[in-house]
Amino acid sequence: MHPVAESLHRRFPEVVTGSREALGDLTVYLRENGALEVFQALHDDPEFRYDYIVDVTSVDYPMDQDRFEVVYIFYSLSRRHRIMVKIRIPESHPVVDSIVSIWKGAEFMEREVYDMMGIQFRGHPDLRRILMPDDYDEGYPLRKDFPLVGKGWRDEFSFVPKYHETLPPLPKEAR
Amino acid sequence: MDRQGKGFLLESLEKEKIEAEATGTATVRREITLSTLRQAVLNGLDSSIKTEQFLLNMGPQHPSTHGVLRVLLDLDGERIKKAVPDLGYLHRGTEKIAEYRTYNQIIPLTDRLDYVSAMANNYAFVRAVEKLLQLKVPERAEYIRTIVAEMQRIVNHLFWLGTQALDIGAMSVFFYTFREREVLLDLFEKLCGARLTTNYYRVGGVESDLTRDVVDALYHFVDTFEPHIREYNTLLETNRIWLARTKHIAVITGEDAVNFGLSGPTLRGSGVDYDLRKYEPYAAYDQIEWEVPVGQNGDIYDRYWIRVEEMRQSASIIRQCLDKLPEGPFMTEDHKVSFPPKGRVMHNMETLIHHFLLVVEGFRTPPGDTYCGTETPKGELGFYIVSDGSGKPYRMKIRAPSFVSMGAFDHMSRGYMIADIVTIFGTYDIVMGECDR
Repeated sequence: MHPVAESLHRRFPEVVTGSREALGDLTVYLRENGALEVFQALHDDPEFRYDYIVDVTSVDYPMDQDRFEVVYIFYSLSRRHRIMVKIRIPESHPVVDSIVSIWKGAEFMEREVYDMMGIQFRGHPDLRRILMPDDYDEGYPLRKDFPLVGKGWRDEFSFVPKYHETLPPLPKEAR
Repeated sequence: MDRQGKGFLLESLEKEKIEAEATGTATVRREITLSTLRQAVLNGLDSSIKTEQFLLNMGPQHPSTHGVLRVLLDLDGERIKKAVPDLGYLHRGTEKIAEYRTYNQIIPLTDRLDYVSAMANNYAFVRAVEKLLQLKVPERAEYIRTIVAEMQRIVNHLFWLGTQALDIGAMSVFFYTFREREVLLDLFEKLCGARLTTNYYRVGGVESDLTRDVVDALYHFVDTFEPHIREYNTLLETNRIWLARTKHIAVITGEDAVNFGLSGPTLRGSGVDYDLRKYEPYAAYDQIEWEVPVGQNGDIYDRYWIRVEEMRQSASIIRQCLDKLPEGPFMTEDHKVSFPPKGRVMHNMETLIHHFLLVVEGFRTPPGDTYCGTETPKGELGFYIVSDGSGKPYRMKIRAPSFVSMGAFDHMSRGYMIADIVTIFGTYDIVMGECDR
């Protein structure tokens, strides 16, 4: 096992649920409850020192019991090592702790996850939509049950054929 | 003018009056002037002179925002108290569209992310897919990729230098930088037929080989490039307006920059030498001699200096790669990924089926996920790809350096003047196509 994963297992046995090394990357799986402490340790402790935030993102698995997976990617500039941290959360309560207090760069990344996947971040200073319009009320575009063509506004335009209806046959001259 | 300002004005009027009396220069006329002024100040403050914080909307249509970006500025006089960027005007849902396309079909989508440096985006994406496939790329392809990526870096930095100077008001730099940019864009056209949306990199190699005339033209370019850089510098380096507009503006400490996740020249200007080409060498970067320029003050001037220095380094990298350019294939021989030779497709049934399947279904990637970051001219462009074993990504996340930079915009612009906003946009080298995806 990777020394970082081993140390995390030892120090946070009730939060860390597993770890995996694949394609040269280390992935650590956490429980949602108590994850903030682990993040704080990952940032502050000299043995980890993951000071650089690469990304916060999310993946949707609609068939699973815990539907959403929040993925954090950090990099340690001093140790030149990258780590991925994953937390699974259910659809009924899609909330995780915000890490803006640790990595300031997470503010926009978490807003994007909220915008695209509808996951809420507890303690985020300004959790609003970021890429979609503020008053967008058709759901969260990157969820798997959101159709590629969108839903809602497009249907209101009379000149756009409805995507779920079949197109009327073309007049003879136009064929 | 606030309460404090009113008090100060009255106080100074009072002081002037006392001084005038003490030195015996007080005349009746002066006495009258002072008392009327005093009255005017008192009246004015209560009625006509009002002070409040001013909310200014900038954009989304503004030439300096390099796209469509809106910023809400909270102003105290001309000072910025808070700047709230409003993104998303160029959101095209690239990540969602990518879930419905095969990997080869996504490469043209990445051209449209950062349309100033399309080659770099192509490269970042194919590198991520290759990491997922654990695919080995032929050596010649690696060298061609390095050369083209560095050409793109020069193109991008020339574009940045021209527009940054234009934003500040120096028109002529723009003409000089675009002259050299044109040379490289013509070479791109020779390479792949397009100048901006190039679609040149492929999973497993590149689309076409570097021909003899392109190599000769490149040699000629790198040999004559250094005097051109000196030319830009004579216009800017000691230009008083340039210095006044860039020195000590938008300062960020190295620690803060790392905490915000900034990357590329924006981060290196603050003295952090984080460059993925050195930290996690890929392509031919570990086989040639080059340096990472690092700044000290973390202001706009340092970031300008770094970009200019990076152009010199890029020219040197290109020359070394051309000297070392090995012979061999420019595309992988692994036909699970690359298309079979066209001659065989037309005469062999199995090869035709193979070709057909690669077009329709795409090559399959093993289940799993990976993150791969590449040093593009703007910073770390990363692709996080989740694969479910099919020919299309289950989820693709683009880590765009411009988007992450905008997260630090408020922090970096607070306390500066409203005219600096334009320069601060420019210093990130921001392109909204990449920011909004």
